[in-house]
Amino acid sequence: MIGAITALLICQLAGELVSRSLHLPVPGPVLGMIMLLIGLLVRERTHGTGGQAPEALEGVANALLGNLGLLFVPAGVGVVLYGPLLARNWAPIAVAVLGGTVLAIAVTGRLAQAMLKRFG
Amino acid sequence: MSQELAEIWVYLAREPLAALTATLLAWMAGLRLQQWSGRHPLANPVLIAVALLAGGLLLSGIDYRAYFAGAQFVHFLLGPATVALALPLYRQWRVVRRSVLAITVSIVFGGLFSAASGVALATLFGAAGDVTASLAPKSVTTPVAMGVAERLGGLPSLTAAVVICSGIVGASLGPMVLTLCGVTDWRARGLAIGTVSHGIGTARALTVNPTAGAFSGLAMGLNALATAILLPLLWHLILGS
Repeated sequence: MIGAITALLICQLAGELVSRSLHLPVPGPVLGMIMLLIGLLVRERTHGTGGQAPEALEGVANALLGNLGLLFVPAGVGVVLYGPLLARNWAPIAVAVLGGTVLAIAVTGRLAQAMLKRFG
Repeated sequence: MSQELAEIWVYLAREPLAALTATLLAWMAGLRLQQWSGRHPLANPVLIAVALLAGGLLLSGIDYRAYFAGAQFVHFLLGPATVALALPLYRQWRVVRRSVLAITVSIVFGGLFSAASGVALATLFGAAGDVTASLAPKSVTTPVAMGVAERLGGLPSLTAAVVICSGIVGASLGPMVLTLCGVTDWRARGLAIGTVSHGIGTARALTVNPTAGAFSGLAMGLNALATAILLPLLWHLILGS
């Protein structure tokens, strides 16, 4: 388990280092995700593991992702800091967040379904 | 007696223990309420936990920074959890690889459409320029969104709040909207939620369907990349500033 946690942290650290040293607009953890994916694919190629990730890594990932919502709570509570700013612009913000999100999900979903049907 | 209470209060305010416990309790209350409601989409556990804790902070007069000093240990796990999204993606890799074109086009177009629709609606309702710029990157994960907002002349702190709200709206209403629009393909549902509602939407998608979860995580990552690169370019091209 410690090995799996260390692997996740190493990928994140490597992602942060690449992102910061090359001034990339992508956050470190997203680069870390890509690195881990490449690592797993390379491992499959060289070890012939047949698409099975290491068990310990699966366990840690499931524990983290099974409660992913919890991890957004501390940052979410930060909305209290922006209360006055949000209150001053509440109408356009509410419309853009509600309407924009609902509209974009509908359009993206329809587009993705059509594209997947046509191009596989 | 009151001095003893004051000492206890000082201890609780200084150590991360109380903030951590409160965060976990609020999250469990959120999960419990979600269960009681028969998994009603509006009973989103992130929304409930945030509302409980924000209400608690406002009522007790505790500073957010004091709360976050403790809760940051939970917050820290977001990084490793984002890296861990590689696993559901890896499990679905064969499915993903077959549809690279369809996936990329959907995410890039969906991400830009999300930004455009937010900007258009905000402008229509008379938002000031810096507020509009803060709303443009509302669909991407917070660190990217704040960076993009800064380059567009927006207010990064407002963007952070807007991103969280968009995530909660998408996670709560997204599944209903997709069902209403007849989007039944789990891959497409995941792509839409992840593109528009980043990690908070992905958190929900993962609990509903493994395919949707993997595609949602992929969409979150790819849209972060696409928006970070394309949005500032298009913004300056269109507004010519």
